[in-house]
Amino acid sequence: MSKQQQYRIKVNGQEETITAEPRELLIYTLREHLNLTGPHIGCETSHCGACTVTMNRKSVKACTVFIAQADGAEITTIEGLGDPDVLHPLQEAFREHHGLQCGYCTPGMITRAARLLEENPDPTDEDIRFGMAGNLCRCTGYQNIVKSIKAAARTMNETREAAE
Amino acid sequence: MIPAAFEYYRPRDISSAVSLLDQFGDEARVIAGGHSLIPMMKLRMADVPHLVDLQDLDELSGIEVGDTIKIGAMTTQYEMINDDDLADVAPILREAALQIADPQVRYMGTIGGNVANGDPGNDLPGLMQCLDAVYSVVSSDGKRTIPAREFYKAAFSTARKDTEILTSVSFCAPKGGCAYVKQKRKIGDYATAAAAVQIERQGDRCTAASIAMTNLSDIPVWSEAAASALLDTGVDEGAVKSAVSGMLGDIDPAEDNRGPVAFKRHVAGVILTRAISSAWARA
Ligand SMILES: Cc1cc2nc3c(=O)[nH]c(=O)nc-3n(C[C@H](O)[C@H](O)[C@H](O)COP(=O)(O)OP(=O)(O)OC[C@H]3O[C@@H](n4cnc5c(N)ncnc54)[C@H](O)[C@@H]3O)c2cc1C
Ligand code: FES
Ligand code: FES
Repeated sequence: MSKQQQYRIKVNGQEETITAEPRELLIYTLREHLNLTGPHIGCETSHCGACTVTMNRKSVKACTVFIAQADGAEITTIEGLGDPDVLHPLQEAFREHHGLQCGYCTPGMITRAARLLEENPDPTDEDIRFGMAGNLCRCTGYQNIVKSIKAAARTMNETREAAE
Repeated sequence: MIPAAFEYYRPRDISSAVSLLDQFGDEARVIAGGHSLIPMMKLRMADVPHLVDLQDLDELSGIEVGDTIKIGAMTTQYEMINDDDLADVAPILREAALQIADPQVRYMGTIGGNVANGDPGNDLPGLMQCLDAVYSVVSSDGKRTIPAREFYKAAFSTARKDTEILTSVSFCAPKGGCAYVKQKRKIGDYATAAAAVQIERQGDRCTAASIAMTNLSDIPVWSEAAASALLDTGVDEGAVKSAVSGMLGDIDPAEDNRGPVAFKRHVAGVILTRAISSAWARA
């Protein structure tokens, strides 16, 4: 065992100090130290995207990042996007358009989609399918996920225009 | 999946990184994006007692575009895709990088890690051989360059010494037309077969060609036989067929979960034919 170290990360706007071994995977830090159980563990082999969080403005698979690498990083999880009282437009759209069934992939899907829409606020179906290709869903067949993301993009753009 | 324990270092300059490698020898490994290394460590197929993270070495990032293109080792696939100057001069980099893995992996995976890794499945080594790139490496003994065409020795074995860090990848702005065509089972999969092709033409004659194949041997295959079959032809059907048979003489695929040898050879032929026709149309 290597020594435990202290790491500082900013998660959903809050500074956190974590004591862990450098080999700890970020997904465990989030779920087990910080009790943020939104990001899920699906495959644990970098393939499914259920563990997706935003780290320093990148969508990353938290099962493929060591806590030591994340030291100093800013991280957003699904818990930082919306809450049951005030849903994020993506959460609202997934609910409205049946973008989920079992919901296992959903936190990763929505966190990834949020980053996608920051980079490309007006994506085509094709952009969405390509941009979401790192997230697997075993239930929906993807059709309604694409629909949900498109609808959320529309809402978010309308809100932005109204504010201008 | 918990990897074996390691000591972690995040040096702030290249000389400290290099001295860590000197100090720990083959017990040390550098980590770039970690998207080849961490999966191997989780499977305990890579044992790394001392892990040296390159993320704070600003000298290793950045893309310089001119007659020569120089891409810092820590440049991510995402950054290569989004660099418009690079896409103007060498659109083939964006075309190839978009076929690597999936969005999340491309935010983390670096060009340096992709070419240094030595996994025959990696896409950029074949492209770099096609473009005749050179890799710059540094150690406490100083700097040297290694041509991509001489870098790969066997799967996961390269001309880079354990004490050397790859700092950048450079190549001349590609002339003529290029294409990278890849057959994979799904997005996020390594190639069943992929082909990198560069062709120059004058009128309706091919005046220069370079061809490399990915994941069809334990190293990338730069096929002189395939390229020379196109030289001084009009890249007609007959010339393309000879290029394919030249290439088939140079590859050595192994059976695995992507298919038996005969299937891979068939796919290699189809993919190379498509890549040649697309590079020729762009030349
Ligand atoms: C789900 C998934 C799908 C993928 N699909 C593809 C694909 O289709 N095509 C493809 O090409 N790749 C694919 N990859 C691999 C991905 O592109 C990796 O990111 C890349 O191969 C390695 O880059 P890295 O920066 O992550 O390197 P790391 O994983 O950090 O390092 C890889 C190796 O290179 C060494 N290394 C890294 N940087 C340097 C340096 N500067 N100097 C010396 N040595 C160095 C490390 O010590 C290590 O041995 C996939 C990965 C995943 C997880
Ligand atoms: S749990 Fe991380 S990609 Fe599947
Ligand atoms: S809703 Fe069940 S896996 Fe996507």
